[in-house]
Amino acid sequence: MDINYSKEYEAIVEAYKKAGGNPEGLFNSEYASIVINNHDVLAKNEVPGLHISYSKIKDGVKVKISVEDDVQVKNPVHLCFGMLPREGRQIIDSDFYIGKRSKISFLAHCSFPDAEHIEHIMKSQVTLDEKAEMKYVEQHYHSESGGTFVYPKLSAKLGKGARLVEEFKLKNGRVGLLDIDYEVDQGPMSSCELLTKIFGKKDDKIDVKESIHLNGEYASGTAKSRLVMIDQASGNVLGEIEGNAAHSRGHIDCYEVVQDQGSIATSTPKISVTNPLSKVTHEAAIGRINKKELETLMARGLNEDDAVELIVNGLLR
Amino acid sequence: MLELKNIFYSVDNKDILEGLNLTVPDGEIYSIIGVNGTGKTTLAGIIMGLEGYKPDKGSIIFNGSDITDYSVTERAKLGITLAWQIPAFFEGVTVYEYLSLKDGNGKPEDYLDFVGLNPDKYLGRIIDESLSGGERKRIELASVLSVNPKLVILDEPDSGIDMASIDAIRNVIFSFKKAGASILLITHNEVMASMGDVVSLLCEGIIIKQGNPYEVSNYFKTYCYDCTSMDDPKCEDNEEAMIASVDNLSGKTTRK
Ligand SMILES: Nc1ncnc2c1ncn2[C@@H]1O[C@H](COP(=O)(O)OP(=O)(O)OP(=O)(O)O)[C@@H](O)[C@H]1O
Ligand SMILES: [Mg+2]
Repeated sequence: MDINYSKEYEAIVEAYKKAGGNPEGLFNSEYASIVINNHDVLAKNEVPGLHISYSKIKDGVKVKISVEDDVQVKNPVHLCFGMLPREGRQIIDSDFYIGKRSKISFLAHCSFPDAEHIEHIMKSQVTLDEKAEMKYVEQHYHSESGGTFVYPKLSAKLGKGARLVEEFKLKNGRVGLLDIDYEVDQGPMSSCELLTKIFGKKDDKIDVKESIHLNGEYASGTAKSRLVMIDQASGNVLGEIEGNAAHSRGHIDCYEVVQDQGSIATSTPKISVTNPLSKVTHEAAIGRINKKELETLMARGLNEDDAVELIVNGLLR
Repeated sequence: MLELKNIFYSVDNKDILEGLNLTVPDGEIYSIIGVNGTGKTTLAGIIMGLEGYKPDKGSIIFNGSDITDYSVTERAKLGITLAWQIPAFFEGVTVYEYLSLKDGNGKPEDYLDFVGLNPDKYLGRIIDESLSGGERKRIELASVLSVNPKLVILDEPDSGIDMASIDAIRNVIFSFKKAGASILLITHNEVMASMGDVVSLLCEGIIIKQGNPYEVSNYFKTYCYDCTSMDDPKCEDNEEAMIASVDNLSGKTTRK
């Protein structure tokens, strides 16, 4: 293991815990990991078959993570990213390459505990080779100031039979501004699931754009989003799926709750098919919390606020 | 225990309940039977105080207090609860959580056992469309058990339940009674209705017949099976008969 123990390291691990991260994954040498605060890599650990390299770039770090062919990485790779300062800009430009038939999962926690004006730009290029499987779960913890500006960009290319599961969750603290932009190009028989769950409060502003291009025969992709907007928060979801190959299947499933006067939600599904043997569907619902769900819980004795909380927690789980 | 006095309710100028009177006695099963569209679910909504179900006229008395203006939560806190005809789904909420809404005298696993669902299989399940209709209905009954109610409104607890499991559902209903609760059992199945200590027949928004299970079930089978409305010549109902039967109840319901 390669850890630069310091006050800074301790502080970022504390922030990481706030985002829901399990420190075990950072200290145990059987877990691959990388810890980045501001523009510096504070720790990294590799496991057999998995390589992590990095270099400094302006305002950030370029990281390359690659997995050889036929490697089953047993434990999830722990990624701890954060900005301890109150202000600044962090760019993490990452490249993921997962070799043929390899299988891996990532748990990324991003913390900005004291942010007053922090910009976090996460650019990821993901390449999954034939039959490679990758799951990437990202959780955020932002300060209550609302001064966090987060731009997760993903560009993924899935080879034949590859599988990608990508989850983005931001439930605790304020969002600030969030601008998600995912684009996935799917090869034959590949599958992709994009899932976004966000709780917007005060004047948080959330934009989610998810595009899936079903370019290979029998490719299947889903883009699912759950947004809950209270106060004056606004959420805007653009789901796009293109069916370009025979027997490809795509589905957009968007559910946004707007609970208060002043909160806004929009959903724009854009689906198209250029191959008549492809099928793409969408469902979207926007509105207050379902009345029957609410009244069922109230009929068991919960007051309205507790009932709302239980339903929202479930939706965003 | 529960008394509905002269309840009128209409929606979009359509009269649904038209001066309905009923009394659910303490600790008894009170069945309401009626064909589709007679206002059974509406009645459940009115007693529970659901949004959009405020009566135009009349009052709801529970254990002596007028609860007509109480919220759903306030009614629930008094011990009234409802199992919906078609229960709601809760994305991301587990059966365990759903059965732990109130610190009761039992555990979620016990409630599941009671309704014939294996806790090992179901406690961790999410209450979403992955559950079958019958499973969802049983979980609803388990949820009612979990809040230890005084008055249970069951809106067609048998719908969607396979024949082999009807007995289990009946046992659950009897167990509510054993625990001292009163039950308003809504159904369109006369066998189910016959569990009641009293059975009432609801037709076009009023109770046209009330009596012991045998009497009312027979009446229902004979006259209601293929009746389309009270004006149907097949209906035994004529002003006289109806008024007579209703006068037998303490109610003063008469048809307009
Ligand atoms: N919002 C509404 N607008 C118009 N009519 C309504 C509305 N809600 C209910 N109704 C009507 O009220 C009547 C009673 O409905 P209700 O659901 O109470 O019947 P029910 O006896 O429970 O029937 P079922 O056996 O099919 O469950 C029906 O004719 C129904 O169409
Ligand atoms: Mg009904």
